[in-house]
Amino acid sequence: MSRATSSNKQSLLSVRDLRVAYGGVVAVKGIDLEVGRGELVCLIGANGAGKTTTLKALAGMLRPAGGTIRYDGHAITRRRSYELVSLGIALVPEGRGIFGRLSVLENLKLGAYVRRDTLGVSQDLDRGFELFPRLAERRSQIAGTLSGGEQQMLAIARALMSRPRLLLLDEPSMGLAPIMVQRIFGTIRRIAAEGVTLLLVEQNARLALEISRRGYVMESGRVTLADEAAALLANPDVKRAYLGG
Amino acid sequence: MDIFLQQLINGLVLGSIYALIALGYTMVYGILELINFAHGEVTMMGAMICIAVMGALLSAGGLPAIVVLALGLAAAISICMVLGYSIERVAYRPLRGAPRLAPLITAIGMSIVLQNTAMLIWGKQYLTFPKLFEPQRYEWAGAHVTSLQILIVVLAITLMGALLLLVHRTRLGRAMRATAQSPELAGLMGINPNTVISFTFIIGAALGAVAGVMVSAYYGLAHYYMGFLLGLKAFTAAVLGGIGNVAGAMLGGMLLGIIESLGAGYIGPLTGGFLGSHYQDVFAFFVLIVMLVFRPSGLLGERVGERA
Repeated sequence: MSRATSSNKQSLLSVRDLRVAYGGVVAVKGIDLEVGRGELVCLIGANGAGKTTTLKALAGMLRPAGGTIRYDGHAITRRRSYELVSLGIALVPEGRGIFGRLSVLENLKLGAYVRRDTLGVSQDLDRGFELFPRLAERRSQIAGTLSGGEQQMLAIARALMSRPRLLLLDEPSMGLAPIMVQRIFGTIRRIAAEGVTLLLVEQNARLALEISRRGYVMESGRVTLADEAAALLANPDVKRAYLGG
Repeated sequence: MDIFLQQLINGLVLGSIYALIALGYTMVYGILELINFAHGEVTMMGAMICIAVMGALLSAGGLPAIVVLALGLAAAISICMVLGYSIERVAYRPLRGAPRLAPLITAIGMSIVLQNTAMLIWGKQYLTFPKLFEPQRYEWAGAHVTSLQILIVVLAITLMGALLLLVHRTRLGRAMRATAQSPELAGLMGINPNTVISFTFIIGAALGAVAGVMVSAYYGLAHYYMGFLLGLKAFTAAVLGGIGNVAGAMLGGMLLGIIESLGAGYIGPLTGGFLGSHYQDVFAFFVLIVMLVFRPSGLLGERVGERA
């Protein structure tokens, strides 16, 4: 635990004793998290462990019942999601969450909704299309008609349009064919290499740990392990519970 | 006189007005899934305010007729915009997330408040729309068209075109469509849902105000109770086109106006004079019932059976 939580001064995101209730149930029961600047950190755990609820609270979609969230030195615990976007926090929600009745291009433009620098936005649009050429081909297509993998690409590209400093990714591999999962994870690595800080929630623990620097393991609303990703990959308990022996 | 062509023209005029009002219902429903029953009253307020302001300006004298009309219209639009914004703030926002019946009840309460406010200010008698211009009459293929009718249709179509541009080509329009699809997701884009909702009410109220002025100019009258039937018909038009669908409200409004006019024109001859054109209102509600039974999602509606 000590190594994982020691880098406080460099932290972009710092969570203390976060508690979140969701639908009358306390889904997150007091967790601590640190994500350093430029770090790629993953949060793994079984279904219902509270990973998605944690991300939703960090993105301002759920109001915490207690604890504090500090981002870039400021307390953002009770901020709403629409206030956090302009601070540089973007969430790619579970199950993609694209605007299905809007075109691909409109989805991307919505990602840049808070930005006023037209030139920068059009540059980022080009960059997004370069990152995902498939989206460029389908820019005027209605987003709901894209395949699952394409929708995931769109969701990630859209989140990048706000030029986030902290990108929260919720289950990007969910429901995708293995080849598409590889491609999406390749992109995540590339985004991290460009200096964006990432917090990745993933059920595919091996994949997540392989690209992360550090990892947290959640179990029924609590963080039970926090360590370097390599150490977690080698940890016998983690192996047994999450990596298929 | 060719009754079909004449009634078609009358129907288009009426339909333009219904369409403008229907847009207010449908835009709010598209985003909040709420029927803003006070919207008809906003339209009424538009008519009353315009007539009152024009009356004051005319009795002061010295202004050309076109300026008087422009000032009356501008006053109606701006006061109704404030009204639309306030209605949402006072009657609906506090009930966001409450069961659906609650805002429906405050909507009805709001419309009673507005009606009675109008009655207190202007009394129970009819206000007459001042005669500012001598309308030109044109004859075409045996039917009559007045310059006022042409003005109403052209202005309505222009406004609807502008609204479509706003909804489909601007940042605000994109935010409106995003919020309509998922307020949660729109929030993640940095869109403040309250801002979008306020704008929706303000735009709807402005269109309603213009429609109210059109109705009172067309019939030459306005009355504190006029918003009720007008609102109900525009609501029918919105349902006909598919509530929540902007293009649907335009189509539904036009169709309803035409159905009503043709119905009123033909009901006398068809029943041998037993039923007269004062049965006009029956058609609107007949259309509403038929739609609700056979195609509740409306002509252009997409979301079928998604909600109870």
